[in-house]
Amino acid sequence: MKMTGAKAIVESLKREGVDTIFGIPGGQVLPLFDALYDAPFRFILTGHEQGAAHMADGYARATGKVGVCIATSGPGATNLVTGIATAYMDSAPMVALTGQVTRKMIGNDAFQEAPITEITKAITKHNFLVQDARELPEIIKSAFYIASSGRPGPVLIDLPKDVQTEEIEFKYPEKLNLNYKPVLKGHIGQIKKACELIHTAKRPVLYIGGGVIISGASELVYKLAEKIKTPVTMTLLGLGGFPSSHPLSLDMLGMHGTRYANYAVMEADLIIAIGARFDDRVTGKIDSFAPHAKVIHIDIDPTSISKSIDVDVPIVGDAKEVLKDLIANVKAPDTADWLKKINGWKKKYPLTYTKDNKLRPQYVIEEICDLTKNKAIITTEVGQNQMWAAQFYKYSLPRTFLSSGGLGTMGYGFPAAIGAKMGCPDKIVFDIAGDGSIQMNIQELITAVAYKVPVKVAILNNCYLGMVRQWQELFYKRRYSASDLKRNPDFVKIAEAYGALGIRVDKKKDVRSALQKAIKSPLPVFIDFVIEREENVSPIVPPGEALDQMIGGMA
Amino acid sequence: MKKHIISVLVENKSGVLSRIAALFAARGFNIDSLAVGETEDPKISRMTIVSEGEENVLEQVVKQLRRLIDVISVSDYTKKGLDYVGRELVLVKVDAPPSKRSEIIEIVDIFRAKTVDVSINTLSIEITGTDSKIQAFLDLMHNFKVREIVRTGKIAIVRENQSSGKKESKNE
Ligand SMILES: Cc1ncc(C[n+]2csc(CCOP(=O)(O)OP(=O)(O)O)c2C)c(N)n1
Ligand SMILES: [Mg+2]
Repeated sequence: MKMTGAKAIVESLKREGVDTIFGIPGGQVLPLFDALYDAPFRFILTGHEQGAAHMADGYARATGKVGVCIATSGPGATNLVTGIATAYMDSAPMVALTGQVTRKMIGNDAFQEAPITEITKAITKHNFLVQDARELPEIIKSAFYIASSGRPGPVLIDLPKDVQTEEIEFKYPEKLNLNYKPVLKGHIGQIKKACELIHTAKRPVLYIGGGVIISGASELVYKLAEKIKTPVTMTLLGLGGFPSSHPLSLDMLGMHGTRYANYAVMEADLIIAIGARFDDRVTGKIDSFAPHAKVIHIDIDPTSISKSIDVDVPIVGDAKEVLKDLIANVKAPDTADWLKKINGWKKKYPLTYTKDNKLRPQYVIEEICDLTKNKAIITTEVGQNQMWAAQFYKYSLPRTFLSSGGLGTMGYGFPAAIGAKMGCPDKIVFDIAGDGSIQMNIQELITAVAYKVPVKVAILNNCYLGMVRQWQELFYKRRYSASDLKRNPDFVKIAEAYGALGIRVDKKKDVRSALQKAIKSPLPVFIDFVIEREENVSPIVPPGEALDQMIGGMA
Repeated sequence: MKKHIISVLVENKSGVLSRIAALFAARGFNIDSLAVGETEDPKISRMTIVSEGEENVLEQVVKQLRRLIDVISVSDYTKKGLDYVGRELVLVKVDAPPSKRSEIIEIVDIFRAKTVDVSINTLSIEITGTDSKIQAFLDLMHNFKVREIVRTGKIAIVRENQSSGKKESKNE
């Protein structure tokens, strides 16, 4: 069939099962937008391209499908960059399409030209500058495959305007000719070695990360944990990978992890890492991380293995595939004494906060958790709000905690919530936000209102860049340099101006009813929770210290 | 720190070189030399990279190279202890006034190098060989006035008795 490049792109996206696209048009993508005009997709016009990228990311993380966003050349493309980098760091599958000046003009500093494939080389899994319209079907099929397979990530396709208008004979390839073939099955010899380590372990800990959720391996982790009677700790992105309410759950480890998770890791004689990468926020001082432990590391990305710590048994493969084989071969070690010790820690050092009549952020999150029965999709911004959302919402399901873990992007949570809600319309979706972060993509209120996406934003308003202030309090003699936000705007009025519902809560006793009202409302809602200004996230492992050197959280 | 010879097979496409160079640059590694050319299959190019750095960091770079979509295989000849034939071609332009000319030509002969251009004041010389031979030659040339040195970067081929039958692959 003969068609233009733009039509061929739309046709290819259809074949990939795309149903929603986020973005903003502009000069160099007009042919593509013309083809989108009667395409069978929902097109979501966002307020800013960064919003489009985070929405595609949130949609992807909530559904497991590839998120798609489109921007024009130059400033449109560069506005995507933070969103692409965010997706890259957290392995979210995304395809970003950008307009580009015509092939002849590339490199001439043409109007709205930016070398976006060069700019994004280090923050994409792969990218393409399309030089020949006939390659479009193959490139788009490759892009979706690369984005979603192996360790997923964003792929960018740069589309010169004249490539979009060129006529081609359209034929969608059945198969791809790529050298790229991720290893899925684990090496059985390595899996048997892992089993031997597990059989003789006395103090094993399962340490699971985002890879478990991406791979869809949570149920297998559950089976394994129960079979080998081993406690499970999660990274920030691993939350939801194992139910927090399970007796074997140690909740989150690391800088703001629980005391019991961090103690367990420091005393463990075996760490079984699955889809986690020993990030520095997790390990604390690297030389003293898990000093007594042998390490089994299961990961689909060989570059994650032995990157920051030495691994005894590396297993390259997809978590789901490897766990199937591991569970079939493994026998339970005797962990009775170990579990007794861990339960002692759990009783002695529970995650807690001051329970008085003041409006504290942890209480707000506990109430959200209670009202949504541990099943809402929670997105977060970055800062204290993010850590409280990780600590005090007790996740029970995978793909329900969406947060920018790797890049730590303020402004992620709100657009990600919109994307997640579009992908999962039956879920309640809350963005747990800070007053600073929410202002970084607040313009997406218009997107939520225009497309009737009733996401709920709980602004934990401390009138501070709170996490910055906390560090300044602890490590910079309370010199609050550029972290005070008393200048904040009126968030209720802002919500109302856009046509959303705005609610202000400054008393503890009003929290529950406000949340109920927000959940019931058919509108997007901003709730401005005026919280205790100097509440800290606790416990905290000071930077550069070992995990058992936590401050706070002694109950 | 040892110099490593890393041989990378890549898709013969635009943009591949900068991806590879960027990985080295990101770890602060200098690339001592880099030679690129088509292989027996015109769709595939081989890059021969000479670099030095901390063993474990270099290993990480090699893993990251393998992760690139356009990379077909990566082999660190040095780390694997492979026996290879390594060669480089160098062009040298040196001042050659009549008083020095015969002395220079004598050295060229001894090294089995070749004079490729002659002018009233200069000689241009081509030499190929191993690192040590080239280094020795250049050391001698520096007794004269060297105007210009142009090097291709090292290329290497693994000796047959070792590589036979074993195909290089991306995930070893
Ligand atoms: C885009 C971006 N800029 C700066 C930072 C550095 N930073 C980390 S936390 C934080 C403060 C966040 O303030 P707020 O959103 O009010 O959250 P709080 O910590 O008060 O809950 C800042 C500025 C960042 N993570 N992202
Ligand atoms: Mg704040």
